[in-house]
Amino acid sequence: MIEQFFFYMFAIVAVVTAVLVISVRNPVHSAFYLIVCFLQVAAIFILLRSPFLAAVQVFIYVGAIMVLFLFAVLVLDIGREQFREHFHGQTVTALAALLALFVVMGILLVSGKITAPLGPFDEPALMKNTEVIGKSLYTSYIFPFEIVSILLLIALIGAVVLVMRGQGKESKD
Amino acid sequence: MALTLTHYLVLSFILFLVGMAGVLLRRNIIIVLMSLELIFNSVNISLAAFSYFLQNLNGTIFVVFNITIAAAEAAIGLAILVAVYRRRQTVYVDELDEMRG
Repeated sequence: MIEQFFFYMFAIVAVVTAVLVISVRNPVHSAFYLIVCFLQVAAIFILLRSPFLAAVQVFIYVGAIMVLFLFAVLVLDIGREQFREHFHGQTVTALAALLALFVVMGILLVSGKITAPLGPFDEPALMKNTEVIGKSLYTSYIFPFEIVSILLLIALIGAVVLVMRGQGKESKD
Repeated sequence: MALTLTHYLVLSFILFLVGMAGVLLRRNIIIVLMSLELIFNSVNISLAAFSYFLQNLNGTIFVVFNITIAAAEAAIGLAILVAVYRRRQTVYVDELDEMRG
């Protein structure tokens, strides 16, 4: 009962802040609403008995990605352009596509049911959630783990190169 | 009536729709990137919910990888955004239409 109360509280706040993210005009306000939304999602992860995911969500999304977004808004100085029209011309087409998506996913949600067998990780086994995740991440998932680390390195180098090259050309002009 | 998988899937679905609306409707590239993060989050919720209700940790591991990919995507997206802004002095997606056929 109390779990349900918390679920509805977090879910409603998450949805409301998500709607605010895409409807307010100032990008800085959007970023702050998005931070609130991410915190609610972290709380939802705790309701799903994965405290590790909640911690990762707070560290990476709120701590890294949103700070990056705020830095981008700061560097680009977008605030002064915020008074122009903020929705663009393809609104009708976009709303039709969203409606179609809504219908399809609604049908899937209503008609779908679980047929997969249940795994070994029931509620007591999940008490050591972080330990279990760490073990399988470093044993059965070691190859994807290494690939992802290389991908992060590539993204880092790519971001630096993208920004540096623009600067070089600008100084040559 | 306890919490079921459907509760979490409906939440994930609503967040996905909101993120999709942001990507399709907003003109500002930064908001479009934020909406992409919203979509990533909705997918993460549904993966974690499947992982919990199927009592299988594969979904949780997948969320960890997903968050990593989201971080890489945000870094590259914002770098592209900075490069575009330097060259074109605009952040509106409908003004960046040079590659339109």
